[in-house]
Amino acid sequence: MAAISREEVAHLARLSRLAVTEEELETFAGQLDVILQSVARVGEVTAADIPPTSHSVPLTNVLREDVVVPCLTPAEALSGAPDVEEQRFRVPRILDEEA
Amino acid sequence: MSDVTRMTATEVAALVAGGQASAVEVTQAHLDRIAAVDDRVHAFLHVDTEGALAAARDVDARRAAGEPLGPLAGVPVAVKDVLTTKGVPTTAGSKILENWRPPYDSTIVSRLRAAGTVPIGKTNMDEFAMGSSTEYSAYGPTNNPWDLTRIPGGSGGGSAAALAAYEAPLAIGSDTGGSIRQPGAVTGTVGAKPTYGGTSRYGLIAFSSSLDTPGPCARTVEDAALLHAVIGGHDPRDSTSIPQPVPDVVAAARLGANGDLTGVRLGIVTEFSGEGAEPGVLAAFRDSVETLTKLGAEVVEVSCPNFQYALPAYYLIAPSECSSNLARFDGVRFGLRVGDDGVKSLEEVMSLTRDQGFGPEVKRRIMLGTYALSSGYYDAYYGQAQKVRTLITRDFTAAFEQVDVLISPTTPFVAFPFGSRTGDPYQMYLADLFTIPTNLYGGPAISVPCGLSEGLPVGLQIMAPTMADDRMYRVAAALESAVGTFTPPAL
Repeated sequence: MAAISREEVAHLARLSRLAVTEEELETFAGQLDVILQSVARVGEVTAADIPPTSHSVPLTNVLREDVVVPCLTPAEALSGAPDVEEQRFRVPRILDEEA
Repeated sequence: MSDVTRMTATEVAALVAGGQASAVEVTQAHLDRIAAVDDRVHAFLHVDTEGALAAARDVDARRAAGEPLGPLAGVPVAVKDVLTTKGVPTTAGSKILENWRPPYDSTIVSRLRAAGTVPIGKTNMDEFAMGSSTEYSAYGPTNNPWDLTRIPGGSGGGSAAALAAYEAPLAIGSDTGGSIRQPGAVTGTVGAKPTYGGTSRYGLIAFSSSLDTPGPCARTVEDAALLHAVIGGHDPRDSTSIPQPVPDVVAAARLGANGDLTGVRLGIVTEFSGEGAEPGVLAAFRDSVETLTKLGAEVVEVSCPNFQYALPAYYLIAPSECSSNLARFDGVRFGLRVGDDGVKSLEEVMSLTRDQGFGPEVKRRIMLGTYALSSGYYDAYYGQAQKVRTLITRDFTAAFEQVDVLISPTTPFVAFPFGSRTGDPYQMYLADLFTIPTNLYGGPAISVPCGLSEGLPVGLQIMAPTMADDRMYRVAAALESAVGTFTPPAL
């Protein structure tokens, strides 16, 4: 049985904000199916009482003194943006015409 | 002066420090070499001629003023294009970042500059470091200097190929699942993955944050150690940076170079010494074990039963983290934007941008990660993979109670021909079979050239406990002292 259907791949593409073509969907479905069936081996390990590991080092909040230090200027921060207006990132419209 | 491009970093630094050559002369020699061979190798995505010569002039001025110079001052270094370089194009091998010039330097690059090394250019890589052959670069593949019809490994194939082609004596890579060690193995160069947290991720374009580790690449073990010492150490800008100094890797490499491993216990990973590797790779590995034994090391077999689950666990954890990390590429703050015609919505523009900006492997991993993290599948996939990570860590911990370091082949096979694995993603994933466990555990590992199979390089992998990076350098240098370095055919 396939681990993943073409429809599921289309749904994943939407969630991932990827405008994939019909042809790509077909290819990805087959490839993801093979990969998922291979990685499903992790399920063979009986690990009910095993704690998960997210990082090899203990995670801590790293805070610094609340003092002003040099940082990027607005021009530097905006330097790689595809579109800028009034010292801000300009984005495509977010609301519908009628909103 | 003999050809400076054939010298080790140690030799080049001595030339500059002694005044036999200026940093500008050294840099120009490497720029000339790049101009002569890189049309065939394609190790570089960007050569920073102006910046490199300016950095070299600065070193020469400091020397003339009598200022103390660091041990690698004046030595050119090639930087994997996944690390930000202020004002210098940084693409991560992706079209989505084409022409992007970061406004800041990564910590690694800042430390390279502070040490007086000369960043000479940015090297090719699999897009966002996702791959094992550099075939997934959006800017075309890099060719292995040993055989231009074969891959140089990946994701850091550009850095390794630059070393093997004598375009730079030092290079920087990043290792998430083997991207430093595996290219090192198939190009006959040295590649070290430091302890996770031992080198800063600040300014490293993120792929899988719990695994990504920048590290040194070189043609000799001592050079790699010197570079490791320059770039390593605590960085307050990285929350996972370990607040401890780097172990004395340079002293360890120099100690190992005397070829005496008396009292050192090596563990052969049972699960990585039989099936799954080409006969020629296994033969070179067995020869290395014999050599290390002759040098005085005690060799025992160590079983790590959960290593067999490392590859599947990695291919759930890394894509999961990548699907989150790559959400930042949305066509708003940097890089490409597609379809912004005043009519399409933000979401449509985002989807078009990401579809055109990302290559197929990146899309595959984003969707795989999205699937593994989604409601209903999380426990069976991502959650279970994290538990496997715990078991692999326990295997390492138990092994290091018996031995000082673990050894295995670095890769299951030598450099393969272009196109032979791109049609089947999982076959490509198998290239990292032996390197991945270390990333899940977080410890250091190095690949050192150990022989040839069918005229192509084979690497030996040496894995050490976390923050015991010095141990792997000692063993690697000892092996190098016995087998020497390997020179590719003339280009």
